[in-house]
Amino acid sequence: MAIEEPKRSKLDISHSPAGIEGPGFFATSLEKAVGLARKNSIWPLPFATSCCGIEFMATMASNYDLGRFGSERLSFSPRQADLLMVMGTIAKKMGPVLKQVYEQMAEPRWVLSMGACASSGGIFDTYSVLQGIDRIIPVDVYIPGCPPRPEQVLDGIMQIQRLVETESLRRRDSDEYKAMMTKYGME
Amino acid sequence: MLATAENIKSLHDTVLARLQEKFGEGILASQIEYDFPIFIVKRENIHEVLKFLKEDAAMNYHFLTSMCGLHYPEDKGREFGVMYQLHNMPENKRIRIKTFFPENNCEVPTATTLWPTANWMERQEYDFFGINFKGHPDLRRILNMDDITFFPMRKEFPLEDPTRDDKNDAMFGR
Repeated sequence: MAIEEPKRSKLDISHSPAGIEGPGFFATSLEKAVGLARKNSIWPLPFATSCCGIEFMATMASNYDLGRFGSERLSFSPRQADLLMVMGTIAKKMGPVLKQVYEQMAEPRWVLSMGACASSGGIFDTYSVLQGIDRIIPVDVYIPGCPPRPEQVLDGIMQIQRLVETESLRRRDSDEYKAMMTKYGME
Repeated sequence: MLATAENIKSLHDTVLARLQEKFGEGILASQIEYDFPIFIVKRENIHEVLKFLKEDAAMNYHFLTSMCGLHYPEDKGREFGVMYQLHNMPENKRIRIKTFFPENNCEVPTATTLWPTANWMERQEYDFFGINFKGHPDLRRILNMDDITFFPMRKEFPLEDPTRDDKNDAMFGR
């Protein structure tokens, strides 16, 4: 009776970063190891105000399954979240609330703006709607669409992962970053 | 009551007769739009008319369905108005009352003494049109931001967000 080869998954879970590899050891920089860990364990805070939120629900559900990217655990407390996902129209009255949520998040934090409304006000070019959340908080990735399909959301998440993976550990201490925060009236 | 043309006409005639008998010159005009009889009332009489329609046993318009502000800037001397939509639930009869007043004296007596539900609706009219409801217990903005400096539904204010600079005449025909 022939012994069967153990079945191996063809799934590529995650690439290891560049480093020195030998029998029984692997050496790389701390920054890259941290980046790898952070990238695959992003806790998103969904700030869903309208139809983009519905598409996000589809993205979270089993068909598209955001859990494959290490983000199945949503955080509904800003203090534990890494990624603020703003999905939907933000009224001007909601602006201070959104800003407060962002300020409550711990560094490092990222922001993803999903859909036309969050990114630019969208079709709501009117006195009561904030014309893009980047007027009050810094945004890392914009997803176009009205609303975007779940594939686009996944692409946006992967863009965020790329940023998270490659971000320098000292970026948040840089003068450039501090100047940007000052521009938004924070710290 | 079924909303047939004859029924609406007879409802209009009955209410108009009652109102004219009671208030005479206070009733300025009346008309039928779709299935709604509409009565235009002098501002001085508006509170008494509403009270009468609510409390008179034959009228019995006991329910205030809706209110809204009106702005007709080209109608000089009566630029602003308020519409009240009343409902007689037992007989399923519905009417509208309108009153108009000039821009420089933009106020109307409150209906909160008759219907507590008018409280938030009047706050909304104040918020969007700047109509001052005399006697309202707590007249402040309800939907817009507290620090907004204008009344956005007045026709002189553009609908578009004025802070946006990426849309210009060349691209979007502004």
